[in-house]
Amino acid sequence: MHGYGLKTEFEAATGDVWPLNVGQVYTTLARLERDGMVSAETDADGQKIYQITDPGRDELARWFETPVPREVIPRQEMAIKLVFAMRSGVTDVTAVVQRQRVATVRALQDVTRLKADAEASGDTAWLLMLDALVFQAEAEARWLDMCEARLAREQVTAGLARRRAEIHHTGTRAAAADPAAVERSSE
Amino acid sequence: MTVLDIDRAGRAYGSGHLRVVALDDVSLRVSAGEFVAVMGPSGSGKSTLLRLAGGLDQPTSGRVLLAGRDLTVLDEAGLAQARRRQVGFVFQEANLLPTLTAAENVAIALELDGVRPKAAMTGARGLLESLGLGAAGGRFPAQLSGGEQQRVAIARAVAGGRPLLLADEPTGALDALTGETVMGLLRRRCETGCAVVLATHNIRHAAWADRVLFLNDGRLAGETGPPAGPECLLQTGRTR
Repeated sequence: MHGYGLKTEFEAATGDVWPLNVGQVYTTLARLERDGMVSAETDADGQKIYQITDPGRDELARWFETPVPREVIPRQEMAIKLVFAMRSGVTDVTAVVQRQRVATVRALQDVTRLKADAEASGDTAWLLMLDALVFQAEAEARWLDMCEARLAREQVTAGLARRRAEIHHTGTRAAAADPAAVERSSE
Repeated sequence: MTVLDIDRAGRAYGSGHLRVVALDDVSLRVSAGEFVAVMGPSGSGKSTLLRLAGGLDQPTSGRVLLAGRDLTVLDEAGLAQARRRQVGFVFQEANLLPTLTAAENVAIALELDGVRPKAAMTGARGLLESLGLGAAGGRFPAQLSGGEQQRVAIARAVAGGRPLLLADEPTGALDALTGETVMGLLRRRCETGCAVVLATHNIRHAAWADRVLFLNDGRLAGETGPPAGPECLLQTGRTR
């Protein structure tokens, strides 16, 4: 297969979600050729046609057998945005959460529409791809639900603390004015 | 054509310091063939909104119009009639009658509409067929899977061409893939002109709708705009 053919094949299989840089494809193929994972022949047009080798096949099998590492946490802009929205105190954090939720659900609606079409055409590999996007968006939305619930609980707790402080304050003042009255009311 | 028009509806329970506002000044208009999902945490007012929409409960403020008719001025008999003619309900549990076959469960809804028993059975079988349940017609609910039972419940709810289908967590008891099948079914129902309002806290299922509304503490907290927004994840993706 040609380098360019590889690029288009990859993009078609993954629905153009991750477009490949064609230069990067050729650099990677050159490296694979150097390491003996692929072999190359030049065709009549002077283009290189690549073929997987036995060591390449072994390496591919290893790749399928190894789970994807979860140690590296990809940077999530939304998480960073929320952390700083809370710390800065300059913005309504609940509104930030709600705006993101609307955007996330809208994106999810779009993917779901593609899924309904894919279901009709019976393209299972493409459906798996779309499911991955669906569950990622769902995870974000559920995380936003959790953020909102935590913020709400914090507000309630803060409100209670404020009221308790007020009651305490009023009680102290009343005691100063008429200690006997406070004693009577607490009986 | 507007099927459902909820106009600044509110619902409060109790009075004085025990007064609880379940729904506060919520408006929602649903057209024929439209699929609307209502999302929100437990106690946010989703079920209350559906109960008002279907005439199972009356608002304490505002109006609810079903096919242009104001439900808030109807008595219990008038409400029951409006419900039977206009609205189909689907709940988390299919609630099929266990002593009747799947087809009979659907046929009974048609008979209540005044269809003669024989014609009702023919209609029921045709409807089950269209929902991919042709083979299940003669079986009893206990012989059906959860997903099949829920599809029969949907058939019963839309029997007689009721223009509005209200679904309250219809996929709650189903596994992920079966839940998707049920959502696909609701989606296709809209294509025949039926309006669907779905209450759910499952975001994946809500995403099957044309519009998603968010309720929080009985108030409308947001809404997704028209479909295929510029935020589409697959803007550059292939269109199949």
